Amino acid sequence: MLVGALAVVLLAGCASGEGSYQYHWPYFFNSIFHPDDQILYGLWLTLSISIVSQLIGVVLGVFGALGKMAKFLPFRLLANFYIWFFRGTPLLVQITFFFFGLSVAKIYTWPPIDLFGLHIEGEIQAGIFALGVNEGAYMSEIVRAGIISIDPGQLEAAKSLGMTYAQAMWRIILPQAARVIVPPLGNEFNNMLKTTSLLVIISVPELYTIFSRKQGQYFAPFEFFLAAAVWYLLLTTLWSIVQAWIERRLGKGAAGASANEPGLASRLLGYRWRTSGTGVR
Amino acid sequence: MSTIPRDILGAIGGVPKPPSEVVVQATDVNKWFGRLHVLRGISMTVKRQEVVVVIGASGSGKTTFIRCINHLEKIQSGRIFVNGHLIGYREVNGKLVEDRESNIARQRQEIGMVFQRFNLFPHKTALENIIEAPVHVRKIPVAEATETAKALLARVGLAAKADVYPAQLSGGQQQRVAIARALAMKPALMLFDEPTSALDPEMIGEVLEVMKELAREGMTMIVVTHEMGFAREVADRVVMMDEGQIIEEGTPEHFFTNPQQERTKSFLSKIL
Ligand SMILES: Nc1ncnc2c1ncn2[C@@H]1O[C@H](COP(=O)(O)OP(=O)(O)O)[C@@H](O)[C@H]1O
Ligand SMILES: [Mg+2]
Repeated sequence: MLVGALAVVLLAGCASGEGSYQYHWPYFFNSIFHPDDQILYGLWLTLSISIVSQLIGVVLGVFGALGKMAKFLPFRLLANFYIWFFRGTPLLVQITFFFFGLSVAKIYTWPPIDLFGLHIEGEIQAGIFALGVNEGAYMSEIVRAGIISIDPGQLEAAKSLGMTYAQAMWRIILPQAARVIVPPLGNEFNNMLKTTSLLVIISVPELYTIFSRKQGQYFAPFEFFLAAAVWYLLLTTLWSIVQAWIERRLGKGAAGASANEPGLASRLLGYRWRTSGTGVR
Repeated sequence: MSTIPRDILGAIGGVPKPPSEVVVQATDVNKWFGRLHVLRGISMTVKRQEVVVVIGASGSGKTTFIRCINHLEKIQSGRIFVNGHLIGYREVNGKLVEDRESNIARQRQEIGMVFQRFNLFPHKTALENIIEAPVHVRKIPVAEATETAKALLARVGLAAKADVYPAQLSGGQQQRVAIARALAMKPALMLFDEPTSALDPEMIGEVLEVMKELAREGMTMIVVTHEMGFAREVADRVVMMDEGQIIEEGTPEHFFTNPQQERTKSFLSKIL
């Protein structure tokens, strides 16, 4: 995208004449290399909202998955309804409904709260809530797929040793399912980093909102949106490095698997430097 | 039956074992999978330190029966007692009501089970597999559990493999770790479901050796196996199952020399 944009710029530059767009490159470069406090705050919000929302999503996903697989019918119905509802409606509608809908109807007005020394505005809370609950519905399916990929013999072995279902899940099944869950979870978080930009609709001053305001202020949409894209790319790229590291760590224990898992370079660049050796036997 | 003391909790864990000589008392156990009548009135008594080998054609209900003994399967009628405690159920006005999960879990602590496919926890080393339940179920301190686990590993001939993951062990080694894992809970009864049938022939011996030693040390065992050599050496009794029923029962010698039922004869002719 960046390369494409630059190509467009060069072409446009050659054809520049009367009435053509006047580029203000300092806007772009300063946004990247000398980000002001607004941008830094937006960056912090995007990152922190993403992390908290994803964590909520994972927790809800575990409950959603267990609920879907529960023997007790009401749990199954509840979980299915939850997943059906949040996957079946647009996230944008969920965000606006939770923030504007609930507060105007005085069901919940999202008052600011102070937590761990942080002052959290209502729109941020509503944003995290909507993103987390929405993500939980998608994570439910991912976690469920992870759990059912584990040999039922594992649960039986755990039970035969005197573990309860909850103990067996927590200590035996979920740690193994994590290996299956983490790759799609990583993709979910990559999406989450970008999806937080929807919170512009409820005026959360995250990265996109900040750049959107700046471009309006200076009327330089090209420079500022391009800068926003670069920041998002930076976040998602850093994440893919972290993700590769996590996946490698999870690989331990499954002999053979870890040795054959794609390394960092191949994950980032999309190919393998060298064919790795066969698994230990 | 009335002489068997009943614990209100229905649990064995933490309660001193009754002096009873009977470890397993199953009476008239019936089990259906949907419309399939898999266990048709099974009764069996296993005394302390007895080794009972269960044989029978595939599909005759052997696996289902021993899974009922630690309540991995529900039963529809009959009673199974282990050490005098009704397994998996409470009796309310003569009817079976499934027990609370925590009580069932406590009962299972006393019953070791070894599976055909080992079912070791692949994300844990051999040692971690063995200390998992003692530490997290019995709440034994890690240091103490580790010491016991190392002794058990030595006993099954795998002292050097403590820190190795299951996938790096051969089938025979995995099964020996699985036996050690079950023994770590100090069970009153060990159940084996065809423990050697998933193994390459050259590994069967090492697993049977461990089991024979266990039998000689006085462990109470129910073993589903077709290894008649094992039966001959250590079994007190062999039980032949067919279509959900016990059709013949006797000493190993009886089965080698003088089987009575036609089905038993034809089955033995296939495996011997
Ligand atoms: N979970 C199950 N659901 C339905 N039928 C089953 C299940 N497990 C076993 N069965 C059936 O019950 C019968 C007895 O099976 P099993 O106890 O495994 O026999 P064995 O161990 O003697 O080979 C077989 O007909 C088998 O197909
Ligand atoms: Mg079987």
